[in-house]
Amino acid sequence: MMAAAGVGRLRRAASALLLRAPRLPARELSAPARLYHKKVVDHYENPRNVGSLDKTSKNVGTGLVGAPACGDVMKLQIQVDEKGKSVDARFKTFGCGSAIASSSLATEWVKGKTVEEALTIKNTDIAKELCLPPVKLHCSMLAEDAIKPALADYKLKQEPKTGEAKKK
Amino acid sequence: MLLRTAWRRVATAAPAAPGPRAKAPTRGLRLRGIDLTPQSAVPSDAATALEAESVLRPLYMDVQATTPLDPRVLDAMLPYLVNYYGNPHSRTHAYGWESEAAMECARQQVASLIGADPREIIFTSGATESNNIAIKELEAAIQPDTSLVSVMTVNNEIGVKQPIKEIGQICSSRKVYFHTDAAQAVGKIPLDVNDMKIDLMSISGHKIYGPKGVGAIYIRRRPRVRVEPLQSGGGQERGMRSGTVPTPLVVGLGAACEVAQQEMKYDHKRISKLAERLIQKIMTSLPDVVMNGDPEHHYPGCINLSFAYVEGESLLMALKDVALSSGSACTSASLEPSYVLRAIGTDEDLAHSSIRFGIGRFTTEEEVDYTVEKCIHHVKRLREMSPLWEMVQDGIDLKSIKWTQH
Repeated sequence: MMAAAGVGRLRRAASALLLRAPRLPARELSAPARLYHKKVVDHYENPRNVGSLDKTSKNVGTGLVGAPACGDVMKLQIQVDEKGKSVDARFKTFGCGSAIASSSLATEWVKGKTVEEALTIKNTDIAKELCLPPVKLHCSMLAEDAIKPALADYKLKQEPKTGEAKKK
Repeated sequence: MLLRTAWRRVATAAPAAPGPRAKAPTRGLRLRGIDLTPQSAVPSDAATALEAESVLRPLYMDVQATTPLDPRVLDAMLPYLVNYYGNPHSRTHAYGWESEAAMECARQQVASLIGADPREIIFTSGATESNNIAIKELEAAIQPDTSLVSVMTVNNEIGVKQPIKEIGQICSSRKVYFHTDAAQAVGKIPLDVNDMKIDLMSISGHKIYGPKGVGAIYIRRRPRVRVEPLQSGGGQERGMRSGTVPTPLVVGLGAACEVAQQEMKYDHKRISKLAERLIQKIMTSLPDVVMNGDPEHHYPGCINLSFAYVEGESLLMALKDVALSSGSACTSASLEPSYVLRAIGTDEDLAHSSIRFGIGRFTTEEEVDYTVEKCIHHVKRLREMSPLWEMVQDGIDLKSIKWTQH
């Protein structure tokens, strides 16, 4: 049971202490995996290149990597013009914030590059640009892995119709 | 009273956020937030607006992780932190006597919440320590065929209530010890250790609006359950847990238990209503949402929903002004999805899509409405970004696709 008399004095003393206590400075926190970097959040809040291109078009290569059971699926589509340069790219991702940002960044970087140049995009560059923590590096790897099948699919579509030629 | 007004004065004295105030409903205590965003070299207009928003604290919807102190608990604890600071084991002066009296009073408060005798309550540092003490008893068992059953009363991830009374019956008929971790259940659902034939029970302070760093273990006296102490020392707490009992913390735990006993019925009714509101609103506005866990034997304050085709961590990132938790692998340090969801047979992709909503004593209807509104908005948005949703809309059966592994 609280002694009635002392408590009032006690409370006034304690409240005076609190008023005079210095305000906590904004601490620099080392970023754990769950602390979303501004750049990662930006790719979600201001999405660029989200969507789909015409899958059936001859100039569009589609790559689908990952698995729902792993919690990461990326679809990357690249539209390439006659000169072999990527003019447009779109992505859709089922995955965490870092995965969305990695695939979004990949589409940004692919645009304007030739097919050969696009194949040189490295996951380490993506991770560095987004400041991904070590536990999220696999997201950038998946983004790099998504570019390859997309370009491979495009190349396959460019091949002369050898099937029909052979049938003859 | 004075303390709370003092706190509010400190809060309002903090510089007001320069940008437009976020639409989040105001809560009682808005201390100056910590600027979480790493310093950017070039501050832009968008950046300052973002920083302004980050100064406000998120809504708290994660009560399964921890709970705020009930103000009545703080009121009970404060005198023992600054004035009545004696060691409760000091037998020779008034400081010790008054601390001991407070400790015994707290013990009685904890005991009466679960229908136990105060002599059966041992204070510990938390439910984890209590669990360890209870399990260690197994190693100390004399007879080779003695065994122990240990079951959670209410699951912390999906809120499912286990049939404790039935399990207790079976254990007592087979002469097997029955331990339950009641951290999420104490003070929320009615518990009676004699009715449910519980031999050992773990209690956590900070899950029931009490302080962190304190808990208790209930150890049955009749028939006697023998436990081995984890830490040895001065023989406090009947030799079962040496170490000075922290009076302010146990007073807080006791007060939390007493408040819980008073508020249990009202809290349960109010939380059920809010939970019903949340679930109804979400289920009617979004297709393909699954509630994990048995809907009948369920504690209403813990709602675990899986939003198909949307990954859990991305939804948490989108709902950045609400504090929530997910069963997704991406949110765990080990990158393994929730073992609970796996155990109840949830599909792996749905396990990655789960979010846990916690509704507690201080959750308001406004907060629930805000959370629901934001959740619906962002799930729709993330589904637009999801290749799985696109495939399903095109009529493709996802189970028929050969996925690449990475």
